[in-house]
Amino acid sequence: MSIPASAAPRFPVKSVLVPTVFLVFLGACITTLSGDWSGLFSRAAVANMLAFFVSFFPPAGGVAFLQRVVAAAMETLAISLIGTLLAAIGGLALALPASGRSGKIAKALTRWVANVLRAVPELVWAAMIVVAAGLGPLAGTLALAIHTTGVLGRLFAESLENIAPEPYEALRRNGVSPMPAFWYATFPQVLPQLVSYTLYRWENNIRAAAVLGVVGAGGLGQMLYVHLSLFQVQEASTVLIAVVVLVGLVDAASNAARARLIR
Amino acid sequence: MSTVVRSVGPAPASLRDPSGPARIVWTIAAILILIPAAWLAEFNPATLMGEASLRATGQFLATFFPPALGLDFLELVARAAWKTVAIATVGTTLAVLIAIPFALIANRQLSVSALAEERMCFACAAVRTGVRWLLIALRTVPEIVWALLFVRAVGLGDAAGVIAIALTYGGMLGKVYMEILESNDARTTRALLVNGASRMQALLYGTLPVCLPELVSYTVYRWECAIRASVIMGFVGAGGLGMQMELSLKMFAGGEVLTMLAVFVALVWFADLVSAALRRWLG
Repeated sequence: MSIPASAAPRFPVKSVLVPTVFLVFLGACITTLSGDWSGLFSRAAVANMLAFFVSFFPPAGGVAFLQRVVAAAMETLAISLIGTLLAAIGGLALALPASGRSGKIAKALTRWVANVLRAVPELVWAAMIVVAAGLGPLAGTLALAIHTTGVLGRLFAESLENIAPEPYEALRRNGVSPMPAFWYATFPQVLPQLVSYTLYRWENNIRAAAVLGVVGAGGLGQMLYVHLSLFQVQEASTVLIAVVVLVGLVDAASNAARARLIR
Repeated sequence: MSTVVRSVGPAPASLRDPSGPARIVWTIAAILILIPAAWLAEFNPATLMGEASLRATGQFLATFFPPALGLDFLELVARAAWKTVAIATVGTTLAVLIAIPFALIANRQLSVSALAEERMCFACAAVRTGVRWLLIALRTVPEIVWALLFVRAVGLGDAAGVIAIALTYGGMLGKVYMEILESNDARTTRALLVNGASRMQALLYGTLPVCLPELVSYTVYRWECAIRASVIMGFVGAGGLGMQMELSLKMFAGGEVLTMLAVFVALVWFADLVSAALRRWLG
C-alpha cells in the first residue's frame, strides 16, 4: 500500500522553521536592550508609574490656559493645512515628470527625489529644519510639506500613469499644446483621486503636526513638550485631550469631504 | 490619408458650466480658510530667503559634507541601528501579546449568547464595547507621545521605546485582528459553536485556519512600521538611531547626521524588503 506522493506528509518547514528563527531573533533583540527590566516591573516602579499617570488628573482648566491651548490647536491645524497644500502643489510638480511625460531620465530622477523626500520622516525633517530655520510653526510647515511632497509625488505619478491616455492624445493630435491638453484632458480625470489622496494625507498630517512640536516646530506638540519638561502634567493632560479632539475633528471633516467627492 | 478636424456635432444650447457656481464658492471658501492659516503657520518665505537665514542654512548644510565615516563612528551607528531593530521587534512582540486577548474578547463571532438568542447579552456587549474603546484610546495617542510619557515614567532609554510601541501597536493590532477575525465567513465557526465546540476550539479550527496568513502578514507589516517609529521616538530619548541623530543634530555635526540618515533609509528599505518577502512566503 503506497500513499500518493502528493498526500505524503512533508516536513512542516514553515511551522517549525518560522517560530524557531523568530524566537532566536527575538532572544538576540532582548539581550541587546539595555536598562534594568526587572526593576521596571518591581512593585515600587509600578507604583511610581501609576502615581505618574494618576497625576495627570484632573486636566488643567482656567480660561487663560484654555485660550492658549485653542491658539496652539489652531496653529497645529494651520501647519497641517498649509503643509498639505504646499505638498499637493509640489507633489503635482514632481508627478508630471515622474509619470514619464518628460522622458526617461526625468522620470528616474524625479522618482528618486520623491523617494528621498518620503524616506525621511516628518519629525526628522523638522528636527533638521529647526536647526536651519529656527524654532516655530514655519519649521513644522516646511517639514510636513517636504515629506508629504515625496509621498504625494509618488501617489500622483501613479494615478497619472493609470488613466486613459486617449483624451490627451486626441487633443494633442488636433494641435493643442501639451499644457492645455494636460489641464483639459488629463487633469479632470485624475482630480478626484488627487483630492482624495490629499485629504488622506491631511488626516495623516494633522497627527504629525500635533507631535512635530516635540522638536520645537510649534503647535500643540511644542506646548505638550514644554509642560511635560516642566513637570506640569495636568497642563500636559489638557493638551493631550486637545490633540485627540483635534485629530478626531479633522478625521470627521476629511471623511465628510471624501464622501461628498465620491458621491 | 488626411485627417480633417470637424466639429463634433452641434454646439450645446447653453455653454454654461453646470458646476461653475459651486467651483467659485469652494475656491473662495478655500482662500478664506488658507489665508489665516498661512498667517498662523507663520508661513512667510521671505524670512527663509533673508540673508542671515540663508547664511545659517548654508553653513549648516555645509557641515553635512563629507559624511562621517570614521570606523568608531560607524560602529556606534551600527550598534544604534541594531538597537532600533531590537526595540521595534520586542515592542511589536509585546503588542501582539496585548492585542490577542483583546481581539478575542471583542470578537462578536465567538459570542455564545448571540447564538442562543439572536442578541448578545447586555454584559457581553458591554465588555466588547469597553475593549473597543480601550483599543481606540491606546492607538489614538501617537507613539511619540507615549514615548515622551514613558521617558518620564521609566527614564531615558530603550524601555520607554519598547513600551510606547507595545501600547500604540497593541491598540492598532487589536483592532485589525478583531476586524480580520470578524470579516471571515462566520458559518464554519458558527457551525462548530452550535455543535458544542468550545469557543477556543471554534477559534482554532473554524476561524484561525482561514485568517492566519492575513494576521501574520499584517503583523509583519506593522513590524516594518515599528522600525520607522522607533527611529522617530529616539528623538525624545527612547534609545536607538534617533537618539544618536538628535545628539549629532544638537552638536551641528552634519556629517554624522548625513551618515545616520543614509543608514536609516537603508534600514527602512531593508525592513521593507524583508517584510515583503516574508509576507509573500507566509501569505
